[in-house]
Amino acid sequence: MALRNILGKRFGVGLAGRRPLSTATCDVESGNAKAINLYSAINQALLIALETDPRAFVFGEDVSFGGVFRCTTGLADRFGKARVFNTPLCEQGIVGFGIGLAAMGNRAIAEIQFADYIYPAFDQIVNEASKFRYRSGNQFNCGGLTIRAPYGAVGHGGHYHSQSPEAFFCHVPGIKVVIPRSPRQAKGLLLSCIRDPNPVVFFEPKWLYRLAVEEVPEHDYMLPLSEAEVIRQGSDITLVGWGAQLSIMEQACIEAERDGIFCELIDLKTLIPWDKETVEASVRKTGRVLISHEAPVTGGFGAEISASIVERCFLRLEAPVARVCGLDTPFPLVFEPFYMPTKNKILDAIKATVNY
Amino acid sequence: MALSYLRSSSSRSANLLKPLSSSLPLRRHISTDTTPITVETSVPFTSHQCDAPSRSVETNPKELLTFFRDMALMRRMEIAADSLYKAKLIRGFCHLYDGQEAVAVGMEAAITKKDCIITSYRDHCTFIGRGGTLLEVFAELMGRQGGCSKGKGGSMHFYKKDSNFYGGHGIVGAQVPLGCGLAFAQKYSKDETVTFALYGDGAANQGQLFEALNISALWDLPAILVCENNHYGMGTAEWRAAKSPAYYKRGDYVPGLKVDGMDALAVKQACKFAKEHALKNGPIILEMDTYRYHGHSMSDPGSTYRTRDEITGVRQERDPIERIRKLILSHDLATEKELKDIEKEVRKEVDDTITQAKESPMPDPSELFTNVYAKGLGVESFGADRKELRASLP
Repeated sequence: MALRNILGKRFGVGLAGRRPLSTATCDVESGNAKAINLYSAINQALLIALETDPRAFVFGEDVSFGGVFRCTTGLADRFGKARVFNTPLCEQGIVGFGIGLAAMGNRAIAEIQFADYIYPAFDQIVNEASKFRYRSGNQFNCGGLTIRAPYGAVGHGGHYHSQSPEAFFCHVPGIKVVIPRSPRQAKGLLLSCIRDPNPVVFFEPKWLYRLAVEEVPEHDYMLPLSEAEVIRQGSDITLVGWGAQLSIMEQACIEAERDGIFCELIDLKTLIPWDKETVEASVRKTGRVLISHEAPVTGGFGAEISASIVERCFLRLEAPVARVCGLDTPFPLVFEPFYMPTKNKILDAIKATVNY
Repeated sequence: MALSYLRSSSSRSANLLKPLSSSLPLRRHISTDTTPITVETSVPFTSHQCDAPSRSVETNPKELLTFFRDMALMRRMEIAADSLYKAKLIRGFCHLYDGQEAVAVGMEAAITKKDCIITSYRDHCTFIGRGGTLLEVFAELMGRQGGCSKGKGGSMHFYKKDSNFYGGHGIVGAQVPLGCGLAFAQKYSKDETVTFALYGDGAANQGQLFEALNISALWDLPAILVCENNHYGMGTAEWRAAKSPAYYKRGDYVPGLKVDGMDALAVKQACKFAKEHALKNGPIILEMDTYRYHGHSMSDPGSTYRTRDEITGVRQERDPIERIRKLILSHDLATEKELKDIEKEVRKEVDDTITQAKESPMPDPSELFTNVYAKGLGVESFGADRKELRASLP
């Protein structure tokens, strides 16, 4: 199970965590999987994307030397500055430029350095990227656009290096929002996003860049979008989450099992369009659902899941839908441990829901 | 000034007076001596769409010694912050200003506390320049209650309302349109004040800057846009990010001035000139040619995108504190020992303040919910389980 490999406590451990295991140089033909961390998996995905499609471009702030999280290491050296290049500090410009590049049939892989900085580009994403195909009657589209951004808490990020803005983008028909939970997922999902003929916003959990280590196949593979995955079977309550939060939820599931509560854990993977069928099937089995995300609870994506599930499974539900999320405050500085939806908060909510 | 001998138990402010036994009778009145001295700036100003001010700057011994002390304090403060960060007492992000002190200090010498300053996240020294205390700085950096933003802002968000310091901002370039808004309010109130909106060479490529410039020029706002050009936007050199790194010319129809940002007197002259200009003619851009010794932030070693030789070269040739030291010594305003004593004093002050700041308590957990909205709106904030935990925002 991939999540077992995520080491270190959430707080109090610096990001200089484990180094990747296994430095043996395996041949690609042997189809070996190597244990690597999240940023290396992303790096591999980008490398494959650039290799397999000569019209793919990777650009953003500081990507040339490898990026602030090393996701783009070695790409500029390998593919040249014409395909992997730095942009000036202008998010709106980066995304707008990416839309234009994609509209000409290229695969534009834009990086926004931190999801917290994506807002100047919000207009471009919402008003231009998502509506391009629609308003031109399918004459034009910017499907080749993929926007990657690190999101989420990291223990000391404060107001502007910890935000989870996925909910804003889930409200926009025309784009897809994808969030991986681990290195193996990230590589497959990112390749799918890049090759998907729709604009995609791909949020990477920055906390996991070094901390998550997993066996990742070295070859080119894709994981399907809009398919949720049940990563833990259970019969008492369904837990839905994505990204880094899943490892916290899994810890809660393990503890709940000691109290005789068997939780089913679902990784949504794609937030829009999301896999309602899988979640519904699980809720029909368990009768209870709990959603957890780092973003503030009011208006978070958990609200959409909750409303949809209630619509579909009202008579089956044994308890109200629980949401264990970040608080309705700006992402705080010293108060981060209080703000976050921790394992104990989730455990409490699991028990409260099961005993409703 | 009283020439009394100081006892060690005297108050902190009294410690600022030099012990008489070490100074010659002629130097007795140095720290209040306002006899004018004229100094030439290191390089002439380069202007765009306006006449450059003169290279000759009026100053006096008091001002020069104040510059020296203030810059030494800022330098020591930043270095101490570096150590505290490495000791994990400061968490999160910490962007240090050492090397750029002349901009903060020179600007203050030309303006009043009624003028507004707004800047980016590299704001520790600007805050000190605006009258902030060392204790407020260190307490805020460590996230304590005694900090200027009550521990809720951290390194990037220092504010000081009573001296019109509208703070430190995390998002690059976002403070510039805000600064123009402040200038608009100042024009309305007709109180002969101006706003200095500071930003870096990285932010100079943000679209919102040009929007703000256009609006300021259209409505003749007393806004002075100051580009603190330390030549690197994080790790990207200016020539890689900007087609035209002549930031003072980027205003096109807005006049601009290029200033040696390592020369506190040049900065003072330029800011004085800019204030007069802005009050009469509307916006102006000042480009401060400066340099930061540290990397972009504490997680950046600062040596992967520039050579160590470059850094030491600037330190030797252009260091702002050394420049003022040489000026003071060449004009015979103080001895080397006296200057070294000031530095020692400053060092002690910083160390004592850090000890004091460490005593300051962390903010109460209930502060997580305060000041999200204005008081009295009674909005609820939901916690883990909406049935179990509920906090009312005050």
